[in-house]
Amino acid sequence: MSSERKLMSGNEAVALGAKHAGCALGVGYPGTPSTEILENYSKLEGCKAQWSPNEKVALEVGIGVAFAGTRTIVTMKHVGVNVAADPLFTVAYTGVTGGMVLAVADDPGMASSQNEQDSRNYARAAGVPMFEPADSQEAYDMTKLAFEISERWSQPVFLRLCTRVCHSKTIVAASDSKEVPLADYVRDIKGRVMIPAYARPAHKRLRAKLAEIEEWNCTEGPNPIIGSGNKLGIIANGVAALHAQEADPDARVMKLGMVYPLPIKSILNFIDSVDDCVIIEEGDPFIQTEVQAAGGRVRPRMERYRYGELDVMRVKRIIAGDDTEEPAPPRGKPPQLCDGCPHRNSFQMLKNVGCTISGDIGCYTLSVLPPFETMDTCICMGGSIGIGLGMRHVLPEEQARKIVSVIGDGTFMHSGLTGVAEMVYNRPKYGHVIVILDNGTTAMTGLQEHPGTGRKLDHQPAEKTVSLEGTCEAMGVDKVLIFDPAREMEAFEQATKDALASNDLTVIIARRPCILAIVRDAKIGRGEKVR
Amino acid sequence: MSKVTNVKFAGLGGQGILTCTDILGRVVFDLGNDVKKAEVHGMSQRGGSITSDLRFGDKVLSPMISAGQADYLVVLGEDQIEPNQHFMKAGGVLVKPSDFDAGRLSNKRTLNVALLGALSKHMEFSVEQWMSAIRQLFPERLVDVNEKAFHLGRGDSA
Repeated sequence: MSSERKLMSGNEAVALGAKHAGCALGVGYPGTPSTEILENYSKLEGCKAQWSPNEKVALEVGIGVAFAGTRTIVTMKHVGVNVAADPLFTVAYTGVTGGMVLAVADDPGMASSQNEQDSRNYARAAGVPMFEPADSQEAYDMTKLAFEISERWSQPVFLRLCTRVCHSKTIVAASDSKEVPLADYVRDIKGRVMIPAYARPAHKRLRAKLAEIEEWNCTEGPNPIIGSGNKLGIIANGVAALHAQEADPDARVMKLGMVYPLPIKSILNFIDSVDDCVIIEEGDPFIQTEVQAAGGRVRPRMERYRYGELDVMRVKRIIAGDDTEEPAPPRGKPPQLCDGCPHRNSFQMLKNVGCTISGDIGCYTLSVLPPFETMDTCICMGGSIGIGLGMRHVLPEEQARKIVSVIGDGTFMHSGLTGVAEMVYNRPKYGHVIVILDNGTTAMTGLQEHPGTGRKLDHQPAEKTVSLEGTCEAMGVDKVLIFDPAREMEAFEQATKDALASNDLTVIIARRPCILAIVRDAKIGRGEKVR
Repeated sequence: MSKVTNVKFAGLGGQGILTCTDILGRVVFDLGNDVKKAEVHGMSQRGGSITSDLRFGDKVLSPMISAGQADYLVVLGEDQIEPNQHFMKAGGVLVKPSDFDAGRLSNKRTLNVALLGALSKHMEFSVEQWMSAIRQLFPERLVDVNEKAFHLGRGDSA
């Protein structure tokens, strides 16, 4: 076994686990901290992976693979599940034929996200079983186990990761590999067409399966009890369980590897075996709420520990019942737009023109910080267009004419297209202006490709490129203009002023490649390894 | 519990923090230690503050170094001392660019590896073990310049 010993990140371990589980296709949408799962998977021999335009489409492609009888891994970050939630809740009813693992990466502490939502709530809400590894070895093992459980009960299964599992490197011993099952379509209309008449029994089947899986989790689930003391018991999941073991080496720790459905009977027995019991979990009081609802006698966690990441020090405080103010960590230097980033010119111009910017998700969100401080709103992927239109509909003319929706090329492909359809369909009285900052890559997450870049996940040429300007023109936008923000700033500024003064629907594309992508592409050109 | 050594690296995105953490990680991994390395990237790629934690010993549990627990703090810039010194243990070792003549580096991008040279003076690993890790982690054309940077940081006569 030691000959296979390797130091790898949680994301690399999930990728290897998927390969060894006989996965036929990896699909997903990039999002920190999940992005490197598919990137690493695609580099493994014989493994095919692709980026979808967004998480909903990725999950749908995955469902198709699993309906066709073979195995798939679908990857996204926590907020991506919001986008994919529509198919998620119903594939839980239909179930799957081939194994389907949905790897979702949460970001407690928000190292690179707009919220710190806890994906365990999705497992419970949709009725999708969820595993949660604590380190890379468990990430590898549980990816394989998740495929097994998925096929045993014909259900999609979540693998919940977090920043500290995705991006930490720990030692992994890998083992055997499975064959990829051949795809073979077998018709099952009542099982897969969710009209109400077929969905009603499907819902009951789902709940029956979840009851069986809960029973399995109690008897065979990956929930080891570590230590033998009977004074303090700790129930913990994921990386928090490792902090807990270190924080109190004398405590008896029940380390939950499957967090939905919880092994409630085993948990209640564990609580009875100790004098005092605390739950150590990052994020929402998920285990606590379930355990208390089942009558479990546990000390409730203080509300302050819901926020941010845990570490050994914070876990010691929870165990000690310390609810005093925590020392604020000194602030480091905030991130900023790179020197030479073409977005800098665009934001300087929009600031000079006096725009109110309905913004979006990407590197350019950093324009909210000094020296620009130009962005007025930022909610979700693609939100810039709808939110800008809403303001245009109701504001008095003078204010309405200042509204500009600013969105990146990757985000536009993800969910800007429906915003354009809305704009053309429900046209504001004074028109609207969308600026697409087209740097030819998904820069924020680490320079991934998308349908508009002309290249696939592995940076090889795509058969066709989806054109930003062609799409906008075809959808009925009045004017579509393109400027280079490094060389044509005067014309760009004048066109922006003209568009704001007119009642037209205008899309202005500010097109210049990301400076980091230029460096990366040169490396690819030299045949060097890129991260 | 057996002794765990905690090394925290701090700097700005793009300075090569993750690479130098990987090199030390490779040294201690090759010697048969349990190793955990935790880092945060994403937004931090855009020139913001970034830290990376490396823990090693017989058995490592948490991947993160809490306040007051770092045996070593390695900073890529003097401005990173203030926001990170609370991580240091009493008696911990601070390694910083002013420990050697960084102006003599032939390529300023090798500052990260020069700092490893400075760190290596406080650790028990042989120069050959460090060189082996450097050779494993850099493409061939960058090995020589990084080996020189390591020696400069370590204070070896050129």
